[in-house]
Amino acid sequence: MRLEPIANPGPARIYGLPALALGATVLVASVLALIAGANPFATLGLIVKGAFGSKFATLETLNRATPLIFTGLAVAVAFRAKLWNIGAEAQLYAGAVMTVLIGMHSWGAPWLQLPVMAALSIAAGALVLLGPVLLKTRFGVDEVVTTLLFNFIMLLFVSYLVEGPLKDPAGMGWPKSVPVAADLRLPRIAQGLRLHWGFALALISALLIWVIQTRTVLGYQIRAVGQNPQAARFAGIPVNAVLVKTALISGGLAALAGFSEVAGLKGHLSRDLSPGFGYTGIIVAMVALLHPLGVVLTALFVAGIFVGADSMSRAAGVPTYIADILMAVALLFMVLAILLTRYRVVWR
Amino acid sequence: MMAFWDILISASFWAAAIRIASPLIFATMGELICERAGVLNLGIEGIMVMGAFAGWFAVYLGLPLWLGVAVAFASGMVFGALHSALTVPFGLSQHVVGLGITLLATAVAAFTYRLALPQVTSPPRIEPFQPWELPVLSDIPFLGEAVFSQTALTYAAFLTAFLVALVLYRTPLGLALRAAGENPSAVAAQGLSVTGLRMGAVIVGSGLMAVGGAFLTLSAFSSFFFDMVNGRGWICIALVVFGAWRPGKAVMGAILFAAFDALQVRLQQTPIGAVLPYQLFLAMPYILSIVALVLMSRRAEVPQALMVPYNKGER
Repeated sequence: MRLEPIANPGPARIYGLPALALGATVLVASVLALIAGANPFATLGLIVKGAFGSKFATLETLNRATPLIFTGLAVAVAFRAKLWNIGAEAQLYAGAVMTVLIGMHSWGAPWLQLPVMAALSIAAGALVLLGPVLLKTRFGVDEVVTTLLFNFIMLLFVSYLVEGPLKDPAGMGWPKSVPVAADLRLPRIAQGLRLHWGFALALISALLIWVIQTRTVLGYQIRAVGQNPQAARFAGIPVNAVLVKTALISGGLAALAGFSEVAGLKGHLSRDLSPGFGYTGIIVAMVALLHPLGVVLTALFVAGIFVGADSMSRAAGVPTYIADILMAVALLFMVLAILLTRYRVVWR
Repeated sequence: MMAFWDILISASFWAAAIRIASPLIFATMGELICERAGVLNLGIEGIMVMGAFAGWFAVYLGLPLWLGVAVAFASGMVFGALHSALTVPFGLSQHVVGLGITLLATAVAAFTYRLALPQVTSPPRIEPFQPWELPVLSDIPFLGEAVFSQTALTYAAFLTAFLVALVLYRTPLGLALRAAGENPSAVAAQGLSVTGLRMGAVIVGSGLMAVGGAFLTLSAFSSFFFDMVNGRGWICIALVVFGAWRPGKAVMGAILFAAFDALQVRLQQTPIGAVLPYQLFLAMPYILSIVALVLMSRRAEVPQALMVPYNKGER
């Protein structure tokens, strides 16, 4: 077989194939439910109900989507420039560490201290990604492996902090950090609504990234570098400088996930702060076709599947890891579908 | 300082280093085959998890240990087939597909484990490979204890590396494989199928990665844990680069690396370990991998067509 470019793909191809990919993912979900001895329709119904079936469920989904929007944006921004940032997990934890460091003692002026916390978290995350990116631009070291390895190093560093210098003396032996001061917790969006301002910050970030990508010179340069670095360099674009700027934005976004989880939801740092939000961000970004507003929708969808699978698992007995399988399958189907919107398979 | 030296001259230290190197050797050989044929396989981490689970589960269900190894190999081949189908004929991004395979294989292993054993609190154990003291050779002072008193799976790891080197450098198949990773058009001009060679390399390579994972459950430990592979796959990718894509050098790299790992465990028990946090020692393998990548980055021995899809239409 070989691939032939399609000159003018019609709307049926452009929208039909991704829809088909999602349909195929649902099919896989049904098969997995059958294997687990459950009724596929009931299982899918329970997932949807568990994700969006009640006010409580919906808020839980929005809360779960918040860090995924941040890490999804982080990956989307980086992948646009073909900068393979697989280290959102490490950058998230860098932001979380900084949030605790700045937020553990209140200065008595939260209107000043909260923005400082957020800004320094962004800086910490940006710095963590800067290392691998400089190794890439200076020495040509593949950033995929270095960013991945940084995830493990960062997690050990966090483990050291929560068992050592930042350990909560009132933690009853649990390895968790001292809490963020009460007046530095992100307030809830509305009284009685279990949803904090981190979610709004995530939406604003998505809008901001969309504006940067479509309305600024940097956005144009990032796209150019991603499409063809040689051509971009030839056109006078400082490729390495653009990569560094992209890294700063990407690392900062991932760090905001850590900031928002600590200051908005958990109130402290622990080793299990993130159940792989950094890795799931890759799926979110790819399924969203790297579009910042698409990231928001996809993060809601992905968060819904995880939250829904949790509650379905309790009711129907299908292991909650079905959500992880579905995410990976959706990713693989989606990249294939996107390819087939531009190419036709010719069997010879 | 004395303690440091005592560790380095003890046979048990080198026995540990070779034991720790064994899963890395399997998986590094698997990755090396893929990359020599021109395909970066980032599915390695998840395929190792899958292999660790599949091998363990087969033995848990009553199969003999060696059949467990075979089941692990087959499980790796399945994910290798999926990876290669997407990256070779379709030429999809090897980064994205590889990470997708890692997520998928990890999730499938976890899902199956929970499905088969819903209620267990402590993971069930199996009877793993026991050390096999080779006759005569194990009587050699020092070397006998360090090298020739390992489990059969460790000997298999070294044998595998030897066979991989033999095939790559001494057979027409190896020549074709290496050419597929350097100059695929030339391979096609010879009337050989680049697609077939690359897919075959990824499928067999993934099988070896899974056996590397199975070493953890069938030889090193006797139970399966979700996070037992713990980044070893990524370390193996660094080892392929460190070994300049050559099997012999990669094996040396794996042993060197494993020696550092064995050393950090022992240093934790010395006065140095009482002062420094244990996490610093645990981070050493990852830090070393990054250092190795930087040190080797200037050498231009990368297979020229690595990560370059080959489409017959674009000749």
